[in-house]
Amino acid sequence: MSRRVLRGGIVVGPSTSQRGDVLIDEGRIMAVGENLDSGGAEEVDCTGAWIGPAFVDLHTHLREPGGDAAETITSGARAGVVGGYSALVAMPNTDPALDSVPVVRDVLERGRASVLDVAVCAAITVGRRGERLAPLGDLAALGVHLFSDDGTGVANPQVMRRALEYARPLGVRLAQHCEDADLCEGGVMNEGEWSLRLGLGGRPVAAEEIMVARDLDLLRWTGGRLHLLHLSSARSVSLALAARAEGLDVTFEVTPHHLVLDESACADYDPVTKVHPPLRGRHDVDALGELLRDGRIDAVATDHAPHTPESKDRPFDEAPAGLLGLEHAAALTHEVLGGDRPVDLFRLLSRTPARIARLHERGLLGLSAHGGDVVAGEDANLVVFDPSETWIVDRARLQSRANNTPYHGRTLTGRVRHTLVRGELRVREGDLQ
Amino acid sequence: MSLRGGHLLSLDTVSVEEILDVLDTAESFVEVHQRTIRKVPALTGRVVASLFFEESTRTRLSFETAAKRLSADVISLAVASSSVKKGESLRDTIATVEALGLDAVVLRHRSSGAAEQVARFVPHVHVVNAGDGQHQHPTQGLLDAFTVRQVLAERRGVTGRETGAELFRGLRVLIVGDVRHSRVARSDIAVYRRLGAEIRVVGPGTLAPDALAKWGVTVSHDLDEVLEWADVIGLLRIQSERGSGSFVPSLEEFSRHFGLSTERLARVSPDTLIMHPGPMNRGVEIDHAVADAPQSVVTRQVANGVPVRMAVLYLTVAGGEGR
Ligand SMILES: [Zn+2]
Repeated sequence: MSRRVLRGGIVVGPSTSQRGDVLIDEGRIMAVGENLDSGGAEEVDCTGAWIGPAFVDLHTHLREPGGDAAETITSGARAGVVGGYSALVAMPNTDPALDSVPVVRDVLERGRASVLDVAVCAAITVGRRGERLAPLGDLAALGVHLFSDDGTGVANPQVMRRALEYARPLGVRLAQHCEDADLCEGGVMNEGEWSLRLGLGGRPVAAEEIMVARDLDLLRWTGGRLHLLHLSSARSVSLALAARAEGLDVTFEVTPHHLVLDESACADYDPVTKVHPPLRGRHDVDALGELLRDGRIDAVATDHAPHTPESKDRPFDEAPAGLLGLEHAAALTHEVLGGDRPVDLFRLLSRTPARIARLHERGLLGLSAHGGDVVAGEDANLVVFDPSETWIVDRARLQSRANNTPYHGRTLTGRVRHTLVRGELRVREGDLQ
Repeated sequence: MSLRGGHLLSLDTVSVEEILDVLDTAESFVEVHQRTIRKVPALTGRVVASLFFEESTRTRLSFETAAKRLSADVISLAVASSSVKKGESLRDTIATVEALGLDAVVLRHRSSGAAEQVARFVPHVHVVNAGDGQHQHPTQGLLDAFTVRQVLAERRGVTGRETGAELFRGLRVLIVGDVRHSRVARSDIAVYRRLGAEIRVVGPGTLAPDALAKWGVTVSHDLDEVLEWADVIGLLRIQSERGSGSFVPSLEEFSRHFGLSTERLARVSPDTLIMHPGPMNRGVEIDHAVADAPQSVVTRQVANGVPVRMAVLYLTVAGGEGR
């Protein structure tokens, strides 16, 4: 391990930011302060940039095992560090699903060989079929903290109730994809004026809100911990906030795409805009942005969902749902926040998601600690984010194996300059090392 | 993207001038149809492929006849029955066909938006949408408008061309049935609205959603209330699976409430035009006898399919050069 000093940046804390340098050695932060004596350490220029805990993604589809034509743990991890992440939570809708100890161990092992920390969100039910409970106890004993059938939600309320009851004493958190499957039958985009005009089947916003309300009612009854994935409606967020005000242990995330794109993006039938839950109406997009700026959103998670170009060359209704997120999430969140909110940016992308996934504790699944304060003694999982650099998204220059980004050609402000994982400089001046 | 020298993908984006361009051109092709030699050399040496991912013999024959009368070489691919399966990349299928050296593709597909996607995949090939999912069936909309103008102009003893869009201004068009799932309804509404007609749609709550009001049409759920209002009644084909109880309780109930029965026909003025895009479910959306009533212009619609599609192919492929 080599000694490095992050020089001349603005160190972002949980509530304030101040100028400073960060000295790193042996994968840990050794000192933080102004004009630190580097003592021969490698100098890393951070002038004008924010230094904070590297980002933690609660929602990454890494596609391994079974989907390595679209992404691998290796390629997804590279996309992650370019996006400023030091830890990703791998989602369970793989083939086979992440529903057993051997498969989860295999993913963790591949993660250890990658450029960042890979945690796992294991399946709630066997094969994600929504019927029998997966071995939650064994997986929790292994250190798995998040469980979800994502890709879809647990449709049967009795199964969800049992899962919550079983999970509660294990101390783990269930994460739900909230969309009522019956209401979404045949649906490929938000139901509304646009779906009617385009002749495409609709996934109504009520399908999400009904499932959110149902699960919060179940949680009130069973107790336990619930995380609501990719909320796309302002009403869903209100329901979650009201439940938390009552004392329920509920957390939630929103995605960058639901914050910046609305349903009209589907108008030219490019399947790159097809995603579940779908891109919503302008009203919800604007309202989610307001909630974000008001500090009422817990976390931004990408729902990074790689698909091969061939699969996106199909008609809109036949193409798979999902779009890429890791490499542009920080800039998009920064944009919606208004460009000058470092404390909120790191809260949304690092501190809170790390706590939801319990990745702020060193040692879970054998991983380092993420989302901590930039102080001596902490693991050096750090990102240096330049809030004013402007750049243009080019889908030909992604680290992800896939290229299904809806942001191709978009000008972004704010870019990851350096990413450090356990003290190693994985990204330097925007380039993968 | 203009129609001349371009594509015909949707009537949502076509201007009044472009619609009239098609109608006027089609009118000149009706005359071709009446000649002994029914061919013009407009597309000599051009290759037109008809790609039907969803079978429709009527529409395919209508397009192919139109292309042949323009002296184009026609390649016919009934992809619906070939080895192309659901799941194969649309781009790959099109690339295979494109290798044959095409000037135009006439595309029918079960998926909404397929024609727009194909136009992006092969931008230098002219794409004519022959029906995409529940989205649009532009040539049907155009031939419906053509038929209306033709009949109304004849009554005045003038040519359609002389009347421009005048006969559509304030014309009361009633569209009946499964609007939600109908590409014909979307194209009809687009073309009639653009030409200045007043439009009402009528159907059960599940098939004529109130959200349609945002398109500038009036939504009704009672056929008997609006029947006599109409100058034009456009019936839509209802697919039999809609009657399985999910959208309407049964086709019989649909027919009782929204079918154009002999009793209802008796209340319709003799001047009213009754239209149907075919194929008709006689006894469901239209009574056996009504289909043959004097107000019915269904056979004219079928006959006008060829000249209207000739006009569309001519304008898109030849760009109307040398007119
Ligand atoms: Zn999901």
